[in-house]
Amino acid sequence: MAAAKRKTNTEAYLRMYRQMVRIRSFEDNANQLYLSARMPGLTHMYSGEEAVAVGICEALTDDDKITSTHRGHGHCVAKGAEFRQMFCELLGKEEGYCRGKGGSMHIADQSHGNLGANAIVGGSMGIATGAALSARLRGTDEVTVCFFGDGATAQGLWYEVMNMAALWKLPVIYACENNGYSEYTRTDEIAAGSLMKRAEAFGIEAHQVDGQDVLAVNDLAAKLVARARKGEGPFFIELETYRYHGHHVGDINRNYYRSKEEETIWKENRDPIVNFGVWLAKEGIATEADLQEIRDTVKADAEAAVAYALDAAYPPAAEVDMHVYAPDTAA
Amino acid sequence: MREITLSRAVNEAIAEEMRRDPTIFLMGEDVAEAGTPFKVLSGLVEEFGTERIIDTPISEPGFMGLAVGAAMTGSRPIVDLMFGDFLFLVMDQLCNQAAKIHYMSGGKLNVPLVLRTNLGATRRSAAQHSQSLHALVAHIPGLKVALPSSAYEAKGLMKTAIRDNNPVVIFEDKLMYNDKAPVPEEEYLIPFGQAAVLREGRDLTLVATSSMVQVARAAAEVLARDGISAEVIDPRTIVPLDEATILDSVRKTSRAIVIDEGHQSFGVSAEIAARISEKAFYHLDAPVLRFGAMDVPVPFSPALEDLTVPTPDRVAEAARRIVRGEMTDAA
Repeated sequence: MAAAKRKTNTEAYLRMYRQMVRIRSFEDNANQLYLSARMPGLTHMYSGEEAVAVGICEALTDDDKITSTHRGHGHCVAKGAEFRQMFCELLGKEEGYCRGKGGSMHIADQSHGNLGANAIVGGSMGIATGAALSARLRGTDEVTVCFFGDGATAQGLWYEVMNMAALWKLPVIYACENNGYSEYTRTDEIAAGSLMKRAEAFGIEAHQVDGQDVLAVNDLAAKLVARARKGEGPFFIELETYRYHGHHVGDINRNYYRSKEEETIWKENRDPIVNFGVWLAKEGIATEADLQEIRDTVKADAEAAVAYALDAAYPPAAEVDMHVYAPDTAA
Repeated sequence: MREITLSRAVNEAIAEEMRRDPTIFLMGEDVAEAGTPFKVLSGLVEEFGTERIIDTPISEPGFMGLAVGAAMTGSRPIVDLMFGDFLFLVMDQLCNQAAKIHYMSGGKLNVPLVLRTNLGATRRSAAQHSQSLHALVAHIPGLKVALPSSAYEAKGLMKTAIRDNNPVVIFEDKLMYNDKAPVPEEEYLIPFGQAAVLREGRDLTLVATSSMVQVARAAAEVLARDGISAEVIDPRTIVPLDEATILDSVRKTSRAIVIDEGHQSFGVSAEIAARISEKAFYHLDAPVLRFGAMDVPVPFSPALEDLTVPTPDRVAEAARRIVRGEMTDAA
């Protein structure tokens, strides 16, 4: 654990621990909803990557923006979303963040600056860069973080928007969650050369960090966010991480693209929550009993939110053609 | 009343709106000092500066994506797409992102952007700079589509488009940039969804869009000499479409021809003809006819290109035949 500021930030440490536990708990419940056939459609689990979303979002304010991905529940929780509206959205209920019209792959939480998950791989790279342009044109110091996976680095859009972000020194941070797999294909089979060098080719400062170490992620993110606010952006971060589940919840038999042994090694040795918990206890920041209490409380919260969402109402039929167009302002 | 070119009318509309609302900015290829290849935007960068009139790299998907993100976060971008044919390059950002974000977010996020581009053949520009692709975007719920047919309409519709809270695609006829028309000095807006009856008549209705309004008016002149009275209707926007004005006219005249420069198959003319057939069937004395561009890529050779677009003579000839009752089974 990279921690220079030990014990001085107890509140932030415990908040990050709790947020990582919340993401894991959310995903465990979402997975169960799928497996028990109580969730329409399917979803993509963030479990294993919690330190990325939490480490970065801890460095942001509610005015800062993020764009998210199809594997987006972690970003949504980390940016401040509530379980109840999230589960309602996953189940297509009226009280969901998007009134049930977006679902897992399109959750947006405007109140906390989450501009939304995106079901087109790499589809939000333009949106994130445009939010950064807008922040500057509007005279704010907001920073935008664009989350995407290693698979999205194969999309041409990224190179177009990085070029403009670098030309115009936009306050955007491109955060590549490299979990090693582009859907069902090893990333080294689809990515030539180095991802870092691709960003550096545009003159963008690039960093690599252990995406399983929430303090290392947060430390780097805090520095880059502060610099981006001062107009020193854009930046690129490659975060080495791992997804515990398959590409989506239905991707159960994965032997043809990755081994059980590999999964076990990551889960047993590099779990971001377990390792951070051990560090917190070792540093005397929290006892194991404190951490257990956090886990129990979060688990109960998640289960209550699931129960609430299962009983919540679907949107009425009259909603189907509402919100196709925003109200006009034309005179 | 003074007369100005369509080009000047667009320029005035954008300048007036940018003076009124500081959140408006414009971006695209060669829009600043060059003022676009058609010189439509000349002078804007001198007034508004390079912060608000932004020259982009030749990266259509990239700057379209930036506009979506900027529109979601408090800016009101105008995107300049140099040729309508480049719509194919921006389809994901326009149709998967901009068009759907308001709906997918349950009405929480708005995307107030204008995409201004052009249409029209017979400029000897061959198959990738001559298409009229408005049907493609009219097909996607969430987008509005405006088709001005004169300098007067170009100004009034552009101002309305800029004030609209939705993504609006506005197509200018690239052959009309130097055509003059009376345009008031004082401010005016043209509301969306209100067709213009450009010529009153009693024997048949010519519904024509954009570049084809000139064709319809010329055909009506020819027909008048033959004692046939044609009503000419310009929908001005196809999304939203002013169905009532079209249907009222057809109920009066009992005959209709729809003329639009998109390819004839699966296009705007088919949609309007179908609505007339569905909703005014018992008022019709003849099949509703369509005129569109031939279903071929636009050829370069003038000898061939001129064959691909509707002409006043061909429209007038068809009109004579349906008025004489010669086409009762010839649709």
